[in-house]
Amino acid sequence: MIRDQEFLKDIASYCIENSKKLGATDVGVKVIHSVSENVSFRNKKLDESNRADSFAVNLTTYIEKKKSSINSSDLSKSNLEKLIERCIDATKITPSDENNSLPDKELMSKEIRDLNLYDETHYPNDKKIEFLKKVEETASTDEKIVNTEAGFTENKNNFILANSNGFLGGYKTSNFSSSCVAVSRINGAMERDYEFGSTRFLQDMMKPEKIGKIAADKAIKKLGPKKIKSEKIGVIFDKRISKGILSTLASAINASAIARGTSFLKDQINSEVFPNSINIIDDPKIEKGLGSQNFDSEGVETNSLKLVENGILKNYLIDTYYGKKLNLKSNGRSGGTTNLYFENGTLSFKDLLNSEKKFLYITETIGHGGNIITGDYSVGASGFMVEDGELTYPVSEITIAGNFKEMFKNITLANDLEMKYSTNAPTLLINKMTVAGK
Amino acid sequence: MSNFFKETDIDTSQAEAIVTETLKNCDDGELYLENHKSESIVLDDNKIKSSTYNSDQGYGFRAVTGEVVAYSHSNDISKESLKKSSDNLKDTLKSKKGTYNHEIPKTNNKYYENINPIESKTFDSKIDLLNSVNNYLRSKGSIVNQVTANFLGEHKSIEIIRSDNQVLKDDRPLVRFNVSVVLEKDGKKETGVYGIGGRQSYDDYLKDGSWKDVCDEAFRIANVNLESKPAPAGEMKVVLGPGWPAILIHEAIGHGLEGDFNRKKTSAFHNLMGQQVASEGVTIVDDGTLHQRRGSLTIDDEGTPTENTVLIENGILKNYMQDRLNARLMGTKSTGSGRRESYKHVVLPRMRNTMMLSGKYSQDEMISSVDKGIFAVSFGGGQVDITSGKFVFNCTEAYEINNGKIGSPIKGATLIGDGPSILKEVSLVGNDMKLDPGIGTCGKAGQGVPVGVAQPSILINKMTVGGTKL
Repeated sequence: MIRDQEFLKDIASYCIENSKKLGATDVGVKVIHSVSENVSFRNKKLDESNRADSFAVNLTTYIEKKKSSINSSDLSKSNLEKLIERCIDATKITPSDENNSLPDKELMSKEIRDLNLYDETHYPNDKKIEFLKKVEETASTDEKIVNTEAGFTENKNNFILANSNGFLGGYKTSNFSSSCVAVSRINGAMERDYEFGSTRFLQDMMKPEKIGKIAADKAIKKLGPKKIKSEKIGVIFDKRISKGILSTLASAINASAIARGTSFLKDQINSEVFPNSINIIDDPKIEKGLGSQNFDSEGVETNSLKLVENGILKNYLIDTYYGKKLNLKSNGRSGGTTNLYFENGTLSFKDLLNSEKKFLYITETIGHGGNIITGDYSVGASGFMVEDGELTYPVSEITIAGNFKEMFKNITLANDLEMKYSTNAPTLLINKMTVAGK
Repeated sequence: MSNFFKETDIDTSQAEAIVTETLKNCDDGELYLENHKSESIVLDDNKIKSSTYNSDQGYGFRAVTGEVVAYSHSNDISKESLKKSSDNLKDTLKSKKGTYNHEIPKTNNKYYENINPIESKTFDSKIDLLNSVNNYLRSKGSIVNQVTANFLGEHKSIEIIRSDNQVLKDDRPLVRFNVSVVLEKDGKKETGVYGIGGRQSYDDYLKDGSWKDVCDEAFRIANVNLESKPAPAGEMKVVLGPGWPAILIHEAIGHGLEGDFNRKKTSAFHNLMGQQVASEGVTIVDDGTLHQRRGSLTIDDEGTPTENTVLIENGILKNYMQDRLNARLMGTKSTGSGRRESYKHVVLPRMRNTMMLSGKYSQDEMISSVDKGIFAVSFGGGQVDITSGKFVFNCTEAYEINNGKIGSPIKGATLIGDGPSILKEVSLVGNDMKLDPGIGTCGKAGQGVPVGVAQPSILINKMTVGGTKL
């Protein structure tokens, strides 16, 4: 079972006291316990069962403006004692950096709100197995499906974050996730697709039949893809990948990239980066949210931020270190974004597909072809051709390319936002991009 | 060598007894113990940005019967914890019955020394060197906008306890030294990255000022990219340089030849054994036995000694890479390819050092034979969909080829191809095989493991280049 707050607090206090005794002027520490149970099925048979029980201590010690860190999974005091000593020794000989410090006291989180992030329900492995049988039963109804895999994971987590300025806070979180991968085959050629659900509460999990059906339908639809001619064309991003645009934005407006001068959005604060219809929000206080948190990884209070308002870039994502470098206050984004999303657009999904005669609709990208410094983007892709508002045939072995600065300015959003991940976007159109094929 | 049971309430023979009892009705399995120390020191933006030391220890207890794998892992090496894991494994496999395969080959070969690279170079001297890197690169002029350099060193001790008290041990050093530089000229910024590493001490790689070569190479790549023009879009001929571009082989072919995907028939290669899958003259091996290489292992993470596995010989598919589970289910033997990221992860068949061997052509012959195409010298990362066979990789240094001559550098573009057919498009294999500098990490099912690649220059008749210029 998951260890309680008292147990974790005891370790955290031990680390802070001992570090101070050995000469640390400031200390920050996080102690984590997590228990995870996973069961996976393949072709309607049990394939793997996995139980994980993990502890972690992350300790950072400061001597004035010098800083060093250690991480360990062994919480025994004899081990911690040795590691703290090692950490202090390293701190002493690490060069000073005037921006090293704990967060300002007045920015620290004062109260912990219950955001409904913990469901204590235990879903025993027998139940997981029943669930997975239903997933695979539905996924394998069509004879074109030649292979199915399904998994269910239950995760319980508890942590304490503390520092030598008196901050101490933590809480339990839980996560249930289930997935199905289906492989379809026709004339010897295969395609693979999947469906995935992740929730804080067991009761909110998608029905197993739905997970199986979506995975199978998607895998079958992809069969018999064609490679298309190279051309410039409007590209529609399915919701599974449209959120990637927000992840790119998050990297580009991270204070570290801004301070280091390595972002294509450097000096763009208060400038128009998107069309003026676009708003982008990062809200940490959504009940049951997959990215929800009371405070960031330094203990700084996090509140909802409008990153982009009417197309204008309004905020960076700031932690203590880079905040000091930029002469800005931390806005509680050490560790990145929380629940990040585009506000809905105005067009329905159908109207978006009908807004021109021909589009390329992308359901999957592969490769890591985004460059945050230059904004250049080029990735492998697969999806469908859209003609007169209908998905006409599957497409693969092509690439899509452009530059984020241009792409951002040419976005049109549909109104079908769903909160399925921690970063969420509606279906979106980028007009236009270069597609390389034949 | 770690003594995993020191300072615990259990000794080796008690642990062995639990293992033997737990696995008595299983086909296979083991208790895998691991002690992992690592250190990372990063210089960035003129400062030592972070210095971190990690100490991780734990066990992964695995029981396998038929196709089913039961796994339980924990940081807590104690009698209670091991018994709980044992109960968990027995419960999962309660309705199955297997026969334990005691056979495991032994080796006296060793492909690296048991050194701890973290301790064999002082913290001070690492900091000094990082500062020297920063000063050296910044002295190249105001064009240098940003410098990042880091040391990443680790030492991993593993112990595998199999049923009936067979114990196998290995100690694995690993280092990586990396430099990244951002140059700015006329408002344009570009990056160059280079690194070196392997299973030796830092000083084996950095002696005689060879760290300057790493800096120079990162600087050279960034400088080339400052002059880059938009890349072309569409199908064309591609010449790949020797060495690191072999991640094409890793993505396009390697993953598809891992045993699990072929047993499950989800690989595009599963029904091609013994068939022509590449042009004649193409031979590809996966070798775990190269001395001190990043992807080398004395024994794999199931205790099997590694070997040099021939995957494709003169164009014919010869072998898949196997761990014990997939080998048993496919009626063959393990190739010593069973690997895991750590005690927290199950074993999977993985690559080690994947290499295409030299042919007879010179790189000049290849380039002069191309009317219109690109010459790719270095790549970032790659990815593959093993089911459809489609794979990509990103160029970080590439040039146009026009009328048999190398032209302007082009911007980073993704190249996309089809795994099972790409090797049939290889028309010339170079005589200049080179190993990569020791920087690769392969990801599969959320597990990262160090790997190596090698290849000579090759000419590919047709690939899609994902640029912006039509």
